[in-house]
Amino acid sequence: MKKFYEIFNPEQIRGLFLFSLIIIVILIFSSLIPDYMNARFINRLSTSVAIVGVLAVAQSLVFLTRNFDLSLGSIVGVTAYLLGQQLWWHPEIPPLVAVLIGIGFGLVMGAINGLIIGYGRVPSLITTIGTQAIFRAFLVEYSNAVPITTNNLPDWIVNLNQLSLFTIQGVEFRVLFGILLLVGIAFHLLLKYHRFGRRLYAIGSNPPAARVAGFNDKKIVFLAFLVCGGLAGLAGFMYLTRFGNIMVLAGIGLEFSAIAAAVVGGVSNNGGAGTMFGAILGGLLIDLLENSLFRTVAVSEFWRDAILGMLILLAVVIDYIVIGRLRRVWARIGFKMDSEDAEKTLEGAEHVK
Amino acid sequence: MSNKNSFLSRISRRFKGWEGFLLVLLVIIFLVNSSLAPNYLTVKNQVNLFILYIERIIVALTMTFLIINAEIDLSVPSIMGMSACAMAYYYQNGMPMVNAILIGIAFGLAAGIFNGFWIAIVGVNSLIVTLAMQISYRGIARIYLEDKSIGKFPEWFNFIGQKNILGPFPLSVLLFFAFFLIALIILQYTGFGRRVFVIGNNKDAAIYSGVKVKKVKYILYIASGLLSAFAGILLASRLGAVRGDLATGYDLDVITMALLGGVSIFGGSGSLYGVFLSILIILNLRNGMSLMSLSGHFQKGVIGALLILSVLGPNLANRFTEWRRRLKFRKQQQESCE
Repeated sequence: MKKFYEIFNPEQIRGLFLFSLIIIVILIFSSLIPDYMNARFINRLSTSVAIVGVLAVAQSLVFLTRNFDLSLGSIVGVTAYLLGQQLWWHPEIPPLVAVLIGIGFGLVMGAINGLIIGYGRVPSLITTIGTQAIFRAFLVEYSNAVPITTNNLPDWIVNLNQLSLFTIQGVEFRVLFGILLLVGIAFHLLLKYHRFGRRLYAIGSNPPAARVAGFNDKKIVFLAFLVCGGLAGLAGFMYLTRFGNIMVLAGIGLEFSAIAAAVVGGVSNNGGAGTMFGAILGGLLIDLLENSLFRTVAVSEFWRDAILGMLILLAVVIDYIVIGRLRRVWARIGFKMDSEDAEKTLEGAEHVK
Repeated sequence: MSNKNSFLSRISRRFKGWEGFLLVLLVIIFLVNSSLAPNYLTVKNQVNLFILYIERIIVALTMTFLIINAEIDLSVPSIMGMSACAMAYYYQNGMPMVNAILIGIAFGLAAGIFNGFWIAIVGVNSLIVTLAMQISYRGIARIYLEDKSIGKFPEWFNFIGQKNILGPFPLSVLLFFAFFLIALIILQYTGFGRRVFVIGNNKDAAIYSGVKVKKVKYILYIASGLLSAFAGILLASRLGAVRGDLATGYDLDVITMALLGGVSIFGGSGSLYGVFLSILIILNLRNGMSLMSLSGHFQKGVIGALLILSVLGPNLANRFTEWRRRLKFRKQQQESCE
């Protein structure tokens, strides 16, 4: 018979907790709002969670290495604007190339962050507060306050938002949501099975040990920020398809949603723990709250920020107090079992003698 | 070198390092600005600069303490906004102004106590706590004011930030200098200040040598909350109206002022003299950029670049000296081998 601690580990308990939290939120709001879970709401939620989810995956990558990226919102804004402008000037660009261009813009900005943080050894907080302002300044100066509007964009990008792969009883499976699923699966596999992903965990869980073990931590941190920027570029493309009208302030505050999603989703801010699906679930919870608050009469939508902040704090405190303790308990059990096994083998060896 | 600790040699040593570099930078900015505007270097203009950024430079003082203590407080701009919004809300709903101001300060105090509890007592990472609270306190400000703007405060309240009471100095600037002197004495000349440095240098060593780390950190966060609330109310008095997004993005300037002043982001070193120089640099730089009619966003970008460079520069310099030392060492080894 398998024992309790063999079936579950702290991460799974955490995931279960998050999942039940989402259910509770849904239950609470369905008692407040009549006809809460209709198809239209689910469709809207799936589009908006797509952007936050991709950003949550991006943020999680740098989170795993004990870093932050506060410039995500600016990267999304700049990418959406530049890409929109390219599509405005050259409407003949095929969709796939447009996505690649968006990712490319994101990669460039991610590389700037990565160079300063990885090779320049500047703390990520300082760097990304700075680059947040720098990228935004670039956008404002470059655009001359000329907005991108839906009229100027080719039709396919405006319609992509509504485009669905298939429909079940009015609930559409939209392309943007499909992109999120693809990103989630790809990065889950990457982190679980590929060298690059395992290195991110190694760097995050114990940086000096990883350095001593011979990991090139500068390069790994650089790559984490590079990929993070690329994903933010993808999110910029999605932002463009979703909103169409891009002002100079586009994407402000998205970095907070991404951090909230990652933290609530169980990606530890001390690095080295967390999964991509957790981050996406965290994004779902935050988006659910946001979109539901928008529809309630009793609580105004101005409560959103206050609740978001408290949610982050709650998640961090739970991570720090409860999950940390659970991990220690599990580690002790594992150690005891290992030593028992070792004793048994020793006894066996003596017996053979 | 007998008078190693004499006053003059102490000053000269100070100016050979980072602070000397800041002074040179400041002189360059002065020269450029003076060439742009003839009457630039007058007392009136300089005081005017202080008035324009008074809230940020007041908060930069507590931020210096926190960063030396190897912590940070990102919730500062939101506490400023929250206090000002709460004050405006209660004033508009018929409360006397003095009571409304006290409520604003109380909000700051509560925010400081709340932050300090999680960071100092529970021991959660200050960065993520204050980041979360930056969102939350801003949210509370929004809950109070929604998307309205509240103005029409009593006249005496607007005078605090606007009217000169002593020569060219309004009350807010005089208060800043008072705060600066107090902070300087506390940080550089008292036991509490030494403890702040010790904790920033090596927290574990501080714990083992009997420093009450939790208490020191808690006091710093409460001071940060109080001073931020005070700065928020000064900002309301200067602008004459309050909105939910008051003081958004001030953390960039505040952190830049501290770090450019030579305060190490890893804690344990820095001085308020340097911070004062960097405050002057940022004020004059911003003013110079305004003279060149560069937009606010562009200015923010420049400040952001300055923030990164203020950490990147010393890092690269350190690595360069390290590299040269290693090269020298290798050469010596080779020579000794031969």
